[in-house]
Amino acid sequence: MLTTTHEPGTTGPATPTRRPRARAGRHLHGGRITHAVLLVFTLGSLFPLVWTAVAASRNSTRLAQTPPPFWFGGNLLKNLEIAWTDANMGTALLNTTVVAGSVAAGTVVFSTLAGFAFAKLRFRFKNVLMLLVIATMMVPPQLGVVPLYMLIAELSWTDRLQSVILPTLVSAFGVFFMRQYLSEALPTELIEAARVDGASSWRVVWHVVFPAARPAMAVLGMLTFVMAWNDFFWPIIALTQNGSPTVQVALTGLGRGYIPDQSVIMAGALLGTLPLLLAFVLFGRQIVGGIMQGAVKG
Amino acid sequence: MRWSPYAFVAPFFLFFAAFGLFPLLYTGWASLHRVELTAPTDMEWVGPRNFARLLEDEFFWNALKNTFTIGIISTVPQLLIALGIAHLLNYKLRGSMFFRVAALTPYATSVAAATLVFVLMFGRDYGMVNWALGLAGIDPVDWQNGEWTSQIAVSTIVIWRWTGYNALIYLAAMQAIPKDLYESAALDGASRRQQFVHVTVPSLRPTILFTCVVSTIGATQLFGEPLLFNGGAGATGGADHQFQTLGLYLYEQGWVNLHLGRASAIAWTMFLILLLIGAVNWLLVRRLRKST
Repeated sequence: MLTTTHEPGTTGPATPTRRPRARAGRHLHGGRITHAVLLVFTLGSLFPLVWTAVAASRNSTRLAQTPPPFWFGGNLLKNLEIAWTDANMGTALLNTTVVAGSVAAGTVVFSTLAGFAFAKLRFRFKNVLMLLVIATMMVPPQLGVVPLYMLIAELSWTDRLQSVILPTLVSAFGVFFMRQYLSEALPTELIEAARVDGASSWRVVWHVVFPAARPAMAVLGMLTFVMAWNDFFWPIIALTQNGSPTVQVALTGLGRGYIPDQSVIMAGALLGTLPLLLAFVLFGRQIVGGIMQGAVKG
Repeated sequence: MRWSPYAFVAPFFLFFAAFGLFPLLYTGWASLHRVELTAPTDMEWVGPRNFARLLEDEFFWNALKNTFTIGIISTVPQLLIALGIAHLLNYKLRGSMFFRVAALTPYATSVAAATLVFVLMFGRDYGMVNWALGLAGIDPVDWQNGEWTSQIAVSTIVIWRWTGYNALIYLAAMQAIPKDLYESAALDGASRRQQFVHVTVPSLRPTILFTCVVSTIGATQLFGEPLLFNGGAGATGGADHQFQTLGLYLYEQGWVNLHLGRASAIAWTMFLILLLIGAVNWLLVRRLRKST
């Protein structure tokens, strides 16, 4: 499409016809229909998000009319302000950032340590333990909510953020992901060389493993952050009172208690989604790459 | 160095034991007791009574049935569309990265935010969906109160959030297929469509199975969408429980009706269902391996 196969032949026969290399092995170009279908799919993917913003910029009276509004009105700031105060969105956003940040950091560090051990070190029961890690992926943590609730009630942790952070601090997927990455990206000779120089295990981890793992750590961190930010089932059980909700719990509160103002609810939904959308605009390429990488390896 | 490998893997296993394995097993123990949310430490042994009551409970069977139907009507279209979109994304395209990132944005949206928007769009009187249907001359549909319509609406939210994610997983697997497979198929005169059916799909078989298992586990635990589709009315899943799932029923029994013992019995039943699905899946994989 962009590559021209022929040079403009003004300089005579001396100009060789340049062909893109290895044309036969390349994928076929997408035609108009491909583009059209993908465009429709993209519109379907983005429309609800854009419309959230449209609805948040109107008022509830306008939302209760047909046809529904398709363009922005002038109430966005007002609605954002009401959502901000009514649902305590400032606190909620801060709480969610703390939760998602801690969970991402913990998952990344613990997964890198375990992934390194499984990828590069020899120890007894290694294969059995790795099988156990994979098996835990099949156990959904939600099935243990009752005892988990009893546990945090016993510890008086209800409505405290640690009740949401600690149970999700490690991830089997993370261990698996880092093991796959490190077994390829970290040369074993590098570890051996560091060890010959007398470095302790922790020095090896700090000066060799972490630097080598950095790209994968970034990807795993982003994926975990998104998941923790959006987590719903456990936070709504653990953070039920009005103490310190996450954004997701706060959003459910917006619709309750009084006649719900739909445009304010949409403003709240927008506030809760905006930080992640921003991350997608900035790091979309890396996040997509990370999901695809994890998919092939998993 | 001898002990350090164990130190490196220890955090994972310690946290998993404390917050994953122990609760799962203890759920089994709690399911044999009468436990109330108001006094979670007072446990009274009742044996299998919670399970027996579950089997007589019409709302349990209703939730099981709903989980199953919503699971089917959300998973099947989702994976089929994802497969098609992945195939298109696999072509050389202008702006292919834009399409990929856009496909993944619904994944960045939380269940809560997405459901609240869809509730508004599926509104009976002023919703956008009914307005569009009206343009096509179709009478307005009561998306919240109809049995099938509400389940379709809930499934739509699931499909919207996860199709792009699955498409990228398929795309990754497609890009790992050796190109000479396509070349030899083309030499044999296979059309693009035939190449898709006879080269792409068979090569993707493990990935398709993987996404089926993951989606099934997700469908079994469906919770946020049906909870919030009910417009703040609680965990009943609609006036007639028409879209109450097992996850929602568990929440209702435990945290609305305060019966933690019964909630535990539901959790363990869900666990058994997942084991059953796992076993069926394993048998399926074995048969597929034999046949190829």
